[in-house]
Amino acid sequence: MNVMMLLEMASGAFPDRPAFTDGERGLTYTYSELFEAARLRAGSIADQGSSRMAKLDVSNLGTPLGLFASAWAGVPYVPLNYRLTDEEIAALLKRVTPAYLVTSSDRVDAFGGLDGVHAVSTDAFLDPAQNPAPVAGEWAMDPDEIAVLLFTSGTTGEPKAAVLRHKHLVSYILGSVEFASAPEDDASLVCVPPYHIAGIAAIMSSVYSGRHVIQLPNFNAERWIELARQHKVTTAFVVPTMLARIVETLEAQGVAQADMPYLNSLAYGGGKMPLSVIEKAMTLFPTTDFSNAYGLTETSSTICVLGPDAHREAVASTTEAGRRRLVSVGQALPGVEIEIRDDEGRVLSAGERGEIYVRGEQVSGEYEGKGSVVDADGWFPTRDAGSMDDEGYLFLEGRADDVIVRGGENLSPGEIEDVLLTHPAVADVAVVGVPDEQWGEAVAAAVVAKAGASIDEQQLKDLVQSQLRSSRVPAHMKVWDELPYNETGKLLRRVVKAAFVEQLQ
Amino acid sequence: MPTLKTGGRLKSAVCAGEIMVVSASDADVELTCGGVAMIDPNGAGEAGAEVHPEHAVGIAMGKRYITEDESLEVLCVKAGDGSLAVNGALMLQKDTKQLPKTD
Repeated sequence: MNVMMLLEMASGAFPDRPAFTDGERGLTYTYSELFEAARLRAGSIADQGSSRMAKLDVSNLGTPLGLFASAWAGVPYVPLNYRLTDEEIAALLKRVTPAYLVTSSDRVDAFGGLDGVHAVSTDAFLDPAQNPAPVAGEWAMDPDEIAVLLFTSGTTGEPKAAVLRHKHLVSYILGSVEFASAPEDDASLVCVPPYHIAGIAAIMSSVYSGRHVIQLPNFNAERWIELARQHKVTTAFVVPTMLARIVETLEAQGVAQADMPYLNSLAYGGGKMPLSVIEKAMTLFPTTDFSNAYGLTETSSTICVLGPDAHREAVASTTEAGRRRLVSVGQALPGVEIEIRDDEGRVLSAGERGEIYVRGEQVSGEYEGKGSVVDADGWFPTRDAGSMDDEGYLFLEGRADDVIVRGGENLSPGEIEDVLLTHPAVADVAVVGVPDEQWGEAVAAAVVAKAGASIDEQQLKDLVQSQLRSSRVPAHMKVWDELPYNETGKLLRRVVKAAFVEQLQ
Repeated sequence: MPTLKTGGRLKSAVCAGEIMVVSASDADVELTCGGVAMIDPNGAGEAGAEVHPEHAVGIAMGKRYITEDESLEVLCVKAGDGSLAVNGALMLQKDTKQLPKTD
């Protein structure tokens, strides 16, 4: 079992189909070209005797090539976040030596000098003349070999390296993608960072389904719209902040509809989608199927999907519970099981909030040097908080670590945020716990007003008081111009919390 | 015949077919393609052996095949003219649910 096998099958079935196009440089690999290029680059990696291949660059043809060539050479592929500082990158590189590093030409000198790092530029890696010697033999089929080491974003402390073995990634693809299911003219616009699990998953599922990937290295909404129209893109994945920018841009252009008739499918995930954004998007893209995907690095990407039909049913629903489905992340994929448990590990019933546990072939739950956090029965604690309704629709409530403990009572920020977001003046909100002498922690809310609206603190407190218990009413409230998000759309609660703590001191 | 282990690959001795083992709970069964035991991917087929007419529906790339008791599941990685069978019983093609595209 090896991810190279996915490319071998694609290359065998549709050798001349375009596989990847760099949307900025315009270069393309067909499936057979990518397969043969992987054979040569695997040779280059093997010749250096490196035990890892690291990639430090924006998305380009070197991204899929690096993933498959590493798999062929039998070394883990380690995509690094190019937005980190030089010191942070050097610290990560030291953890993966001896490493074959492919990076942008302006960074070759800086990192090539590190002990145990052999650095080549992306241009050199892509140049056939500089990679003349094919690897000898086939790739290994040991399902337990490591395919990818992915540094998690590490909101606290040192980043952890999640270990994804060939069996996890191949199981995910076999369980969620039908081979060669994409029509010949299918094109997918990929704008998620190459060092994110969604970027890895996009490569593998596009290859296995036979889609043509258009890479957009640095997301901006205008360019996304241009490329989608130019390449008649049929499917795309975005994080919530990207969809918000696309919606804003289309609205600013004054169009009632996006004019992308080819776009059959638009999936999103990676963070909480504001209800107003998805509702507007569904109006702007009336013929597009929307899907919400929820997954983690440690689960080889998607474990839950809210499909297009569920989206339409939720929008058309006349009941509050029905409409609420629109902010759900949907139901577990086949072969994936999900449970909600309390602090003592007891399984909770429908509607109760607790920690999300997941089990399945695609679940790794392992970190390098730290071992596996999966329990004896195969369950992985996600540290995400959530609840499931009686039909198995999962609702996310933020990180389990974000729970506010006030006077011994556990409060979920998500529950309070959901109520505040129903107020017509509120565009966005983040609820965090701040130290409090009397209660241990107190509830604090950072609120963003909608354009032209103003925030009445007392009104918002009354709203929470009327919908939830008085312990949930924010003791502190501050109006922000916008909330801090990372580039994949995750709300940076620690930044909000730090600002409150500083202000209260 | 080589033993069946998850992730392992075998090829047909009588046609172009190749498979990968997705899951195997019993390593000691005889897996045949076209009616003849499957062999190591680097091995050579029997000279003159042909697909048995009762094992000739063929296998299609990307399709998964499973025994009735689900003790063995394989993925076809190269199409062939022979059909798969375990201990003489033909394997069944596994239906996969079409999921929304998410990445």
